[in-house]
Amino acid sequence: MAVLHVTDRDGRNHTLEGAEGWRVMEILRDHGVGVEGICGGACDCATCHVIVAPDWAGRLHPAREDELLKLDELPAIEATSRLSCQILWEEALDGLTLTLAEVN
Amino acid sequence: MALHPTSTITDVAIIGAGPTGLFAVFELGLLGLKAVVIDVLDKPGGQCSELYPEKPIYDIPSWPVISGQELTDKLLEQIAPFTPEFRLGQLVTHLEKRADGRFTLQTSDGEMIDAGAIFIAAGAGSFAPRKPKLDGLDAFEGTSVFYAVRKRARFAGSDLVVVGGGDSALDWAIDMVGHAKSVTLMHRSDRFRAAPASVAAMRALEAEGKLRFVEGDLHALSGAAGQLDAVTIKTKAGLETLPATRLLAFFGLTIELGPIGDWGLDLADGKQIRVDTEKFQTTTPGIFAIGDINHYPGKLKLILSGFHEAALASHAAFKVVRPEEKLRFQYTTSSSELQQRLQVGDTSKAA
Repeated sequence: MAVLHVTDRDGRNHTLEGAEGWRVMEILRDHGVGVEGICGGACDCATCHVIVAPDWAGRLHPAREDELLKLDELPAIEATSRLSCQILWEEALDGLTLTLAEVN
Repeated sequence: MALHPTSTITDVAIIGAGPTGLFAVFELGLLGLKAVVIDVLDKPGGQCSELYPEKPIYDIPSWPVISGQELTDKLLEQIAPFTPEFRLGQLVTHLEKRADGRFTLQTSDGEMIDAGAIFIAAGAGSFAPRKPKLDGLDAFEGTSVFYAVRKRARFAGSDLVVVGGGDSALDWAIDMVGHAKSVTLMHRSDRFRAAPASVAAMRALEAEGKLRFVEGDLHALSGAAGQLDAVTIKTKAGLETLPATRLLAFFGLTIELGPIGDWGLDLADGKQIRVDTEKFQTTTPGIFAIGDINHYPGKLKLILSGFHEAALASHAAFKVVRPEEKLRFQYTTSSSELQQRLQVGDTSKAA
């Protein structure tokens, strides 16, 4: 079973089962850890903003232009910030570790 | 609350001009009910026009594919015969049920609306400017720090810092050159989500030394008694403090529930309004909630669900607004009365 490790906004850790072909945002939303995904994965609302563990950042598919532009719009981001609606889950991501960003 | 002398009187006040709110105008209109539609955005369409105007939607019945903006435009065309009144760029701040059973609603512009029933079609809540997390920000908001330009005169002669990389940030930075004493545009990168012509115009002003562009992030604000005097920014070179008496921040929009949470309605998860599935009425009779904002067992947040809910709520609202009248259920295909309201068909023929 491929899993991802998530730290929520209250600092609690969760290990969630991935779902092949789902967006990471959808997995987080399905588990009710506090991700809304208001725009449904259109890369527009930024409610699925996460900070990926540094050792994982380079192993993900790089962000596309629209994701980078949206991240640039946010008041505060980290070096490994991503919009989790733009990360497709696959078995190879087993162990992916991320932290939910503050809502802003 | 006393009624404002210029208050608007309507059958139904609809809070939210997204697809569900717009279609509610249609369903109410067929029943002969007039609607006023209030939305915090400056244009109708809600998330469809604000978040994904160009993205294709594939699950609208009979439209194999339609963009968010096209859907909005088609709905506006469909409801045009019912001449809804729009109050755009206004937040509904207050809602009260009066002793006579009708409602008084107040908008952020101070307008009072007197309505027989209320439809809350507010989606995920109201759009609001996304704000930076900076110590002491509150003290400067509305005096030195702004998220939109409502009065251009407020920026005259100021040392202005504009933050953002979209059209709003670039357009205002360009506009303020010559009006403000100094203009600094700051953005996290040199990627802009703005019209190429605006980027070129900004670069030209930068080359002439009339505007400074800097890549960086806001770090701190300083000043006293609501008056900003400097901002500290974080660039690749480190921290830099520059004189600033006005800050215009364009970080896009976020969605929050807003004043709806204060109206005594039964909320699920603090975010969704509980309704029944017969009328989509809330725990307060006469207040209905339709579309993404509501919650009931089996709820699916789909535009088509909002359309269905709008139809049922409209029929229920008729009985609230016109208790003395009998509701006659009719089809648009065969009813001359409905066709007259729609201003279509052969209106000389009896139904």
